[in-house]
Amino acid sequence: MRLVKNAWRKTALKRLILSFILILLPLYVLAIIIYNWGINTLFFKRTVQTIIYFPHFLSWVILGGIFIDILSPSNGIVNEILGFFGADPIFFLGDEDWFPFTLVATDVWKNFGYGTIVYLAALTNIDPHLYEAAVVDGANRWKQTWHVTLPGMLPIIMLMTVLSLGNVLNAGFEQVYNLYSPMVYSTGDIIDTLVYRLGLIDAQYGVATAVGLFKSAISFVLIVLANFLANRYAGYRVF
Amino acid sequence: MHKLTTGRKVFLACNYTILAISALLCLLPLINVLAISLSSKSAAAAGFVKFWPVDFTWASYKYALSKPEFIQGFLVSLERVALGYIVNMVLTILVAYPLSKDRFGFRYRHYYAWFFIITMMFSGGLIPTYMTIKEAGLLDTIWALVLPGAVPVFNVILLMNFFRGLPKEIEEAAFMDGAGRWRILIQIFLPLSLPSLATVSLFVLVHHWNSWFDGLIYMNSPKNYPLQSYLQTIIVTPELNNLQVDQLLEATMVSDRTFKAAQVFLAALPILMVYPFLQKYFMKGLVMGSVKG
Repeated sequence: MRLVKNAWRKTALKRLILSFILILLPLYVLAIIIYNWGINTLFFKRTVQTIIYFPHFLSWVILGGIFIDILSPSNGIVNEILGFFGADPIFFLGDEDWFPFTLVATDVWKNFGYGTIVYLAALTNIDPHLYEAAVVDGANRWKQTWHVTLPGMLPIIMLMTVLSLGNVLNAGFEQVYNLYSPMVYSTGDIIDTLVYRLGLIDAQYGVATAVGLFKSAISFVLIVLANFLANRYAGYRVF
Repeated sequence: MHKLTTGRKVFLACNYTILAISALLCLLPLINVLAISLSSKSAAAAGFVKFWPVDFTWASYKYALSKPEFIQGFLVSLERVALGYIVNMVLTILVAYPLSKDRFGFRYRHYYAWFFIITMMFSGGLIPTYMTIKEAGLLDTIWALVLPGAVPVFNVILLMNFFRGLPKEIEEAAFMDGAGRWRILIQIFLPLSLPSLATVSLFVLVHHWNSWFDGLIYMNSPKNYPLQSYLQTIIVTPELNNLQVDQLLEATMVSDRTFKAAQVFLAALPILMVYPFLQKYFMKGLVMGSVKG
């Protein structure tokens, strides 16, 4: 039971809230900008899209290699840039306080571009006649965005928010495993990494299986709940 | 929009800038690592390298490509991608097609659908999965990497929704002309689903190339490691061989840092090469497959 409590704390609520704010907001803004607000250079649009989707397709091993290098306190480029502004070097991956922030930031870096796809799709699905009608009624661009674009996107925004609830406990094993170290276990550990260390390193199969099953069960409830809510309020069904 | 007001111009400039900055932010870390991998070890150690190689040299790449472990891992990865791609695509298509029918075309569709969905929602966890693979005698074989994920349910859903979006009349017409189920699937549905198939292909290829954790736990001897598992052991848990490597490399132009950067870049290279060609199908394939309710 102590383990269970411990594991529960490891879901790092703080990190969750941070990622919500950090991930979701830029996504809407970027998506709206890319699609709606008059960037008409198709080549530019395509290029930007291609580039910002790309990090999503690199594995955390590769990204681990990259981040360990650029975030290194001795000669990483990030700390050199910080040093240029007179800041002391920060050990992003080895400091208990900085580590959760680093996790969120690296996750955003990897996935924010890819995340815009869903919102872009939602924007494409808005009926162009609505915009025409709004223009006829004398709406300027701000008004169009406020009265046509946002209501049109609202279901998707709700849907993504609800569905992400189901994934709360799957807080990125691959990411944490490739970036953390014993120095940051206290703030960086998640259930999956705990199970891995208990089970496959320390060979405590019983405890590890119990914690793993506990996590599976809770996730299951959350996912079912998320899907139920999504179905109820956004009419979404997986199958 | 014939005349641009000043406010509009400023606004557009802001938009372009924001987009350009986000694209740059995505690229710069990669460029930095590429630059380090192409620099000499003294320049890299002194921190002179920003976004352009200093003392340009291929030495790190030559060294990486001369390491037998690296080549070995590369080959295992290739084998895995090839096998995994075939198994995944065949099974995805064969599962998605019947599930795209409604209740009248396929009576027990609902039960089968739940059978697949439940695997997405609930897993036994790490240890039981490991035990299963072990008892099945798959440890240390390539099949341990291919079979556990043989039916990627997420991809099945994508493809299934795409199939559903195709007009029913085509299938009915084909029936009238005497085509069987297999013929309809292979000669009509598949060619029409190219965007979706391209998207699924990209996901499958990238997934198999990028997976490292299963290689790490299911393979006992390091010579069976796929490339990413091998990289994981040397990059992320470096304490073991850090010193040895630096001693070995004493005389050359290569240091541990440039060597790692070179390997990271080599491992990302295949994705860099495949990605741009499949990416253009992306919007169509994903959107048609996912947003339809």
